[in-house]
Amino acid sequence: MPHIVRLPVEHEQILATLQVFFSRILQQTQVDAMLAPVHLPMKHVVMPSLVADPGKMTGADPLSPSFPMNSAKLVSRLTRRSGRGRFAVVLRPCEIRAFVELVKLKQGRMDKVFIIGLDCLGAFSNTAYSKFAGECGRDATTRFCNHVLFGGRDALDGFDLASACRCCEHFVPHGADLHIQLYGGNVRKEILIRCESDQGSAMADALKLEEAADPQDRAMVVNDLLNVRKAARDRMYANTATVVDSIEKLTRYLADCVNCFNCRVACPVCYCRECVFMTDVFDHDPDRYLGWAERKGMVKMPTDTVFYHLTRMAHMSTACVGCGQCTNACPNDIPVVELFRLVAHRTQVAFDYPAGKDVGDRPPLAEFRESEYTEVVGL
Amino acid sequence: MKDFEPTVIAFVCNWCTYTAADLAGTSRLAYPPNVRLIRVMCTGMVDPQYVIKALLEGADGVLVSGCHPGDCHYINGNYKARRRIKLLKTILPQFGIEPERLCLTWIGASDGIHFAETMRKLVERLTVLGPGETKLKMVI
Ligand code: SF4
Ligand code: SF4
Ligand code: FES
Repeated sequence: MPHIVRLPVEHEQILATLQVFFSRILQQTQVDAMLAPVHLPMKHVVMPSLVADPGKMTGADPLSPSFPMNSAKLVSRLTRRSGRGRFAVVLRPCEIRAFVELVKLKQGRMDKVFIIGLDCLGAFSNTAYSKFAGECGRDATTRFCNHVLFGGRDALDGFDLASACRCCEHFVPHGADLHIQLYGGNVRKEILIRCESDQGSAMADALKLEEAADPQDRAMVVNDLLNVRKAARDRMYANTATVVDSIEKLTRYLADCVNCFNCRVACPVCYCRECVFMTDVFDHDPDRYLGWAERKGMVKMPTDTVFYHLTRMAHMSTACVGCGQCTNACPNDIPVVELFRLVAHRTQVAFDYPAGKDVGDRPPLAEFRESEYTEVVGL
Repeated sequence: MKDFEPTVIAFVCNWCTYTAADLAGTSRLAYPPNVRLIRVMCTGMVDPQYVIKALLEGADGVLVSGCHPGDCHYINGNYKARRRIKLLKTILPQFGIEPERLCLTWIGASDGIHFAETMRKLVERLTVLGPGETKLKMVI
């Protein structure tokens, strides 16, 4: 432990191999149902779905570039309260990291869930994906998968990865029980799966999977991609930092915001049932609006846009995993993920706290020490 | 800007700094009138949101002040406050809000002199720094 097992792939059918693997898990192990991305029957759209019938796994598609939401919130729903079910969940690395944060915040439990993580191939934005799927139909996933693994790093026919994915260095999952490796080796012939926990190894045994060894080129392939992503990330940090470095610039960055709060609804780590910005505290009386308008000459409505974003940063920047769902959800195409990831990066450096890494870490604002941060005290 | 008078919002804990402010008053210690005191039960209840709101509404500086470490009447509220100030001092300067505009101090109940002196120093510092950008520019 950890050991590596293999799934032989026939006729280069990578996706079909994984579908069969998932249905075998439902048939041959203690798992009652599996949360996985599945093609809905009524439209070319992939949605996280809880599958109990192994026969339904023919629609499973963990490789598609569709990423309509961060499923960490769904896993939280499946585990927060107790029930009879034992679930397996198929997650992207950023979904695992977000779930780890939610578990720390007591919004979910690890003990009831078996996590299957995949090397992440990245995703398109929602709008790009629906266009891509519309153009490619049934072949969408295969084309994408072949392009990422065997093609190149350029955009595929004008479709590029979402901005969050282009600068994501966490494409290898951590914290999964089983880790499906896609980078390195030749997934057209065999898919290697790394067992990263005791229950992962037990599952591999139960399924009688054959032992294998890591492909020799994996470390190199992963490292190359890591370097590309880190370079993109650092460029993004530098660019974003200069376009928000004053209040005037920040307000320009957010000028299209209409306070719809979609970014917080989509955010997996913004877990409050009732966000203060949606309460009566911000349901101001007409006279307050008039007072502000009179004092300042004019006031944009709805008010409190920058206030909302700065407060959200104070709440989520310790936990942001950079999944990009905020940008995906913004109706006005504000590149919020760049801003939030930059701020989150700095917060997480300040508290020496990598979000989503270890379920045993305590969130920075949930603890304190007697002698620390003395530099912030005093004039 | 000539004759610039900074506005300071100070969140002071009921048990220590507020009492010190009271003592400064009854001892007739002079300190600048630029400071708006907001009495809170403990620095541990100062939500980062309050600080952000004050700064966005045009405060030139914000002070959070409470009991010395070990003296908090709610045992550890001031340690929690310190982490929140650390957080805000990490976030806000990225948007050009100088870290010097946000201060955290411990001022004990019997320390009226220290209170008056802190207020003088803070106002002096903010006068040199000039008005905050939120006072000059439209904030949405
Ligand atoms: S702020 Fe955006 S990138 Fe960060 S976790 Fe939330 S949705 Fe994902
Ligand atoms: S989703 Fe976009 S428009 Fe809506 S609150 Fe967030 S930034 Fe503003
Ligand atoms: S009671 Fe004074 S800081 Fe907590």
